[in-house]
Amino acid sequence: MQINDELENTITARNVPDIKETLKNGKVAIAGLGGLGSNIAVMLARIGVGKLLLVDFDVVEPSNLNRQYYDLTHLGMLKTEALKSQIEKINPFVATETCAVKVTAENATEIFKDYTVVCEAFDNPQDKAVLVNTLLENGEKKIVAASGMTGFDSANKIKTKKMFENLYVCGDSEPAKQEGIGFMAPRVTICAGHQANMALRLLLNIRVC
Amino acid sequence: MYVNGKQIIIENIISLNDFLKKEGYDTQRVAVEKNGIIVPKKFFEIEMLCNTDKLEIVCFVGGG
Repeated sequence: MQINDELENTITARNVPDIKETLKNGKVAIAGLGGLGSNIAVMLARIGVGKLLLVDFDVVEPSNLNRQYYDLTHLGMLKTEALKSQIEKINPFVATETCAVKVTAENATEIFKDYTVVCEAFDNPQDKAVLVNTLLENGEKKIVAASGMTGFDSANKIKTKKMFENLYVCGDSEPAKQEGIGFMAPRVTICAGHQANMALRLLLNIRVC
Repeated sequence: MYVNGKQIIIENIISLNDFLKKEGYDTQRVAVEKNGIIVPKKFFEIEMLCNTDKLEIVCFVGGG
């Protein structure tokens, strides 16, 4: 037990001091475990966020490997299970809950009910809107969403913006012309970094982006 | 009316749904806050807009 405590403390020893307990008590839900969500979850696990909810109905495919936090051994596995196993290998002191269903307007409130910070990391824009609208209409959650991170345009265009009282949006805010031009690991991961950092700030009760 | 910080003058009273369509938004991809309060999707057609309103519109593009 003492060895475990020591390992847990050592994993986060290089974190900013004095926030360990706050992060350990922190809970973040991640909706969608693709290029954004898988990277967000791993970053939050590395810094020692106590509990993560991983939500995705899909399985890992070869075409995911250009940007998502999986490897060849995960092909065919549910993303929820693959990511849970990755997190256990990185920081086993993080508790993960998984939910392998498609999020809809009907089930979203129930799925995310125990989490006040939710990272929206879906691929499809309609799914993004359904999740954001449903959660904002039904309670006081803080949502960190993403919009616009395709291609290899300048990394400096990706920003975090506070759009509503409880909605932060990370991305380049470029209109639909960006769609369909492909996803590359660097910009997707940068956007995931923006989301993870905003989620961290919200856990620390910092509301500005 | 202010929309995402820019002033737009509307000639006649218009529903949020019609305004979004007129401005070229896909209403299935948006979230809207009016005067600091989220407008539920089911009220888009009955939520009327006037020139004193302040709208924030988030329109999602795909990718994740």
